[in-house]
Amino acid sequence: MAAKSRTAQAFQGGKSIRPGGFYWMRYVIPALIFYVVFMAYPMLDSVRLSLYEGTAGVRQYVGLANYVRLFTDEVVSKRFWNAFFNNWIFFAYHMILQNALGITFAAILTNRTMRGRQFYQTLIFIPCTVAVLVTGYLFKIMMNPQWTKAPLEAAGLGFLVHIPSGWLGDPGTALSAVSLVSVWQWVGIPTMMFVAAFQGIDDDLIEAASIEGANAWQQFTRIRIPLIVPVIGMVAIMTFVSNFNAFDVVFAMETLDGAPDYSTDLIGTLFYRYGVAGQHPVGIPEPGVGSAISTSIFAMLLCGVVPTLIKTQGKE
Amino acid sequence: MAKEKKTRSLRIMNMHIPYHIVMIIWSFIAAFPLYFLLINTFKVKKEIYTNFFGLPKKWTLENYQALFANSDFFAYFRNSFLVVVISLFMILLLGSLAAYALAHWRTRFSRVVYFFFVIGMMLPIKIATIRLLQIMKALNTLNTLFSLYPVYIAMGLPTAVFILTEFVHGLPGELYEAAYMDGAGRFKIWYRIVIPLIRPALATVAIYNLVPIWNDLWFPLIFITKESSKTVLLAVTRLQGQYTTDWPKVLTVLAMSALPVIALYLTMSKSFIKGLTAGAVKG
Repeated sequence: MAAKSRTAQAFQGGKSIRPGGFYWMRYVIPALIFYVVFMAYPMLDSVRLSLYEGTAGVRQYVGLANYVRLFTDEVVSKRFWNAFFNNWIFFAYHMILQNALGITFAAILTNRTMRGRQFYQTLIFIPCTVAVLVTGYLFKIMMNPQWTKAPLEAAGLGFLVHIPSGWLGDPGTALSAVSLVSVWQWVGIPTMMFVAAFQGIDDDLIEAASIEGANAWQQFTRIRIPLIVPVIGMVAIMTFVSNFNAFDVVFAMETLDGAPDYSTDLIGTLFYRYGVAGQHPVGIPEPGVGSAISTSIFAMLLCGVVPTLIKTQGKE
Repeated sequence: MAKEKKTRSLRIMNMHIPYHIVMIIWSFIAAFPLYFLLINTFKVKKEIYTNFFGLPKKWTLENYQALFANSDFFAYFRNSFLVVVISLFMILLLGSLAAYALAHWRTRFSRVVYFFFVIGMMLPIKIATIRLLQIMKALNTLNTLFSLYPVYIAMGLPTAVFILTEFVHGLPGELYEAAYMDGAGRFKIWYRIVIPLIRPALATVAIYNLVPIWNDLWFPLIFITKESSKTVLLAVTRLQGQYTTDWPKVLTVLAMSALPVIALYLTMSKSFIKGLTAGAVKG
């Protein structure tokens, strides 16, 4: 903070107007207590929990045994790597499709001369305000071939029906179906962020480019895109963090087990089964393994977030 | 002649026909599931089997009537409402106090505190779930709404501190000077001057947190099994078992859980979009 704000200056002016020491701490402490006790501490302490086995009372320090189990045990590691791999596919759908759609819509919606932009924007964003659980159930009903086969075929859209199991019942298509529903729901967020970014570009730059003879496509790829790289970075980080956090969509559409045959199992559902509910058929939660899962993801998120932040957020 | 041709093509260009085609197709895709949700809540139980996507042949309100006659449903709604209102109030109260301090207190230590808060914007609180479950067990708050408030408050504070500190920092310093000369204390300055002036930012923070809290399933699912403490969303998860055959009823509950937020969104869509994308846009 090189330049002092006017507020700070004002408080510097008088003798006692700017209190020294830790005067201000009394205003920060209430927020700090909630934040530390219910977020920062439990997050960091989960790392410690991952080194223990058993539940409260009979807890025992086991070192890295939970991680060894998670990564190499025949049963557990199979589930973990499966969910991990599925989650990357789920993420790829969002990263590529959702953000490409978002940037396309944003480019269209920032055309000054186009009518009805406000209407389209409002509509695109509606799904973002609805719970994932609700849209998940809705699509589950709509993708059930028992229901939709006849009406869709009557409408000439028979190709939208997958027979006999439905898109959600076929292990080969279930993960894609779930991912596409999630893309459908969240495309409004990157769209609006890119709209804001495009609107922030100085008009003179575009004007200068068009005087120099750059066509619309060149203006888009050579000027507008390079100028919004920081926002693209932010969107990439958000996509990354929120997708390795996903749970509701699979829970709603494919149950906690990531049916069929674990083909839609994500880190979120795996974490819930091992850490909270207890993996079938034993049914006893293993907080140690659960914490090992969340700690691994925590580490992976940090490895993804920090370099992206540094690369895309410029000098700051 | 040539000029006329040019103006005409410009006019056609400015109609942006291909763009409209793209946007109309997507609008249809975006709206269709919600259309499907709404129209089916007005159908009688049997009609959905024969008329899945069409408008109801005979409109009925009986699904809504049945829902409102069910007192459990009111309890779920009251719980969701309480959770949202109390959590938001606390986030705004604690967040604005901390932001007021962090905007004025500029030492190396205060920067550390600020960054400690802000880094929480990047980290999903779900990572802490197992430890939080133990904490709630120890505090004996499981199965009550008191297991949800603190989690949502903690979850909302990083963005609140981030947005509000920037905003308070941008307020003109003369205001404080004048108030201070008139003998107002710092706390009085906070609630008489700062709070009224940062109202737009408070609205942004409220919206940013409102939707995720209302729509959260994860924490109620883990912390609450008692019927009387369930939120709307948690109650929705049980529907499939409850009335498996009565799809219009299921869809009515889904619609009712979504409509309050959609209605609020449609009445103030600009601030909603601003609020929901606020966490990621710098300052």
